[in-house]
Amino acid sequence: MGLSKSSVMVGVLLLAALQPAFADDQDAQERAARWKQLQESIFPKREVLDSGGIITVDAPPRALDAALVPVELHMSSPVKGIYLIIDDNPAPMAAHFVFGPKADPHDLKFRVRVNAYTNIHAVAETQDGKLHAATKFVKAAGGCSAPAGSDEAAAMADMGRMKLRLLGDFNAGKPMQAQLMIRHPNFNGMQMNQITRMYTPARFIRTIDATYNGGQVFHMDADISLATDPVITFGFVPHEKGQMTVVAQDSSDARFDHSFDVPGTPAPAG
Amino acid sequence: MNRREILIGACATLLSGPTRAEETFKTEEVAPGIHFRRGVDEDATPTNSGAIANIGFIVGRDAVAVMDPGGSLIDGQRLRATIRQTTKLPIRYVVLSHVHPDHIFGAGAFIQDKPQFVGHALLPNALTQRGEFYRGNLDKILGAGKAGPIVQPTLLVKDKTSLDLGGRVLRVTAHGIAHSDCDLSAVDSQTRTLMLSDLLFVQRVPSLDGSLKGWVAELVKLKAVGARRAVPGHGPTGVDWPSASHDLERYLGVLLRETRQAIAKGVDIGQAAKTVALSERERWKLFDDYNGHNVTRAYKELEWD
Repeated sequence: MGLSKSSVMVGVLLLAALQPAFADDQDAQERAARWKQLQESIFPKREVLDSGGIITVDAPPRALDAALVPVELHMSSPVKGIYLIIDDNPAPMAAHFVFGPKADPHDLKFRVRVNAYTNIHAVAETQDGKLHAATKFVKAAGGCSAPAGSDEAAAMADMGRMKLRLLGDFNAGKPMQAQLMIRHPNFNGMQMNQITRMYTPARFIRTIDATYNGGQVFHMDADISLATDPVITFGFVPHEKGQMTVVAQDSSDARFDHSFDVPGTPAPAG
Repeated sequence: MNRREILIGACATLLSGPTRAEETFKTEEVAPGIHFRRGVDEDATPTNSGAIANIGFIVGRDAVAVMDPGGSLIDGQRLRATIRQTTKLPIRYVVLSHVHPDHIFGAGAFIQDKPQFVGHALLPNALTQRGEFYRGNLDKILGAGKAGPIVQPTLLVKDKTSLDLGGRVLRVTAHGIAHSDCDLSAVDSQTRTLMLSDLLFVQRVPSLDGSLKGWVAELVKLKAVGARRAVPGHGPTGVDWPSASHDLERYLGVLLRETRQAIAKGVDIGQAAKTVALSERERWKLFDDYNGHNVTRAYKELEWD
């Protein structure tokens, strides 16, 4: 279940960009139909159940900045992975996140672009392969075609720079939250270039792999809906001090990697 | 870009604001020969025709300079009619203080005067990047075609330049990234009046679209300019300088300090947008419409430090 259709999607979204924001006044019925259609294409022949308390999604009901909408997911049980889907974005699948053995799969935070009033769906895949969806309606518009700012030029200059911020204290064997930041303009193909007056070609982070002392924390497939300078907050379970290694690859096959020290106390023997 | 604009856009075809171009508006003479119209403390709506920024003109012995042609074509046409009520002198310069639509979409009204359109050296880039986007949004609010044309500057300012109006010289400065990345200010040394556009907000909550640290730094320099009166981009048209910078400096200081604290404590960007600078809430108009956005900008700038 990869997102390898990105280039096709980018083509489609360019067409969408030329139309007026078609979904602004979509009613609930149309939204339901949209979601049904998305389910059929993303999860063919699979049933998508209600959240059942397994997953919740939160985002500001009215976005302050459509090009940077914070989205928080909470999972009540250890799930295999999650899909983040922004129904009315040009490329709805924003991210597919698969937890590894070193992950604490309970909390995730993303920053996304939102192009029109839309439902955001977070779908959890449980260990036994069931799908559970939670929904949040977000009022925002123009986040995909919002022009690149001057800080975006700066972002291009040090593309690939990374930071890892550890949130909270290290306790061996206990979950710890970390925030991964990657400098990348994440051009989505809908912003106009200042010199050529052509659309800047899409160039965005496509995959991120994080490992802790060699064990997988997560693998993520991403698409054009992540905001400039992607920031992802996730949980992991360190049993001893060590190194978080992050490898990111973008749609132009540039590879960025970085290792971060996680200082800690040694795990108890045995 | 925001919900209100979309809603208003949807209503724009139903409502129709005043549209007569030959109408004039009331201006205040903030210093001899310097006339400014106070913008309303609102976002652009069909009713206010985008006339939300302080815009005005400076009359010399031989010519007139406009500093900020207005927030829509009709706003610019009314400014021109107002100038013509005051003087028949040629309009030699139209200063475009920065890229934001509420200040520059009136420029189309002055093309007939064949003035120099004066802009920051980075304004052409900013206009190319954003102009159509702004025009589309403004057309949605005011009605199709009502925003006005995008007018590129013809005289670029990289550092400083002087605009001679005959017996009166305006000194124009191009600033480093601050409120936006293409801010100009102008000083009339004859009356020691500093026209700051959106480098200064009074009463209306500031909006940050450039760099928080940059804006703080530019304000320090501006306070050292030997002016005794300033004209802000929003708020009363004439205020004492530099004392009128206090509120803005305090706000930017709180925004800087509390955003840094939030980042240091691991408060995420969404939560920070709801909690930072709330002590400023009662002090500014439109606070709830802009503060969260300002925090988001500040957070993005500061989290990479």
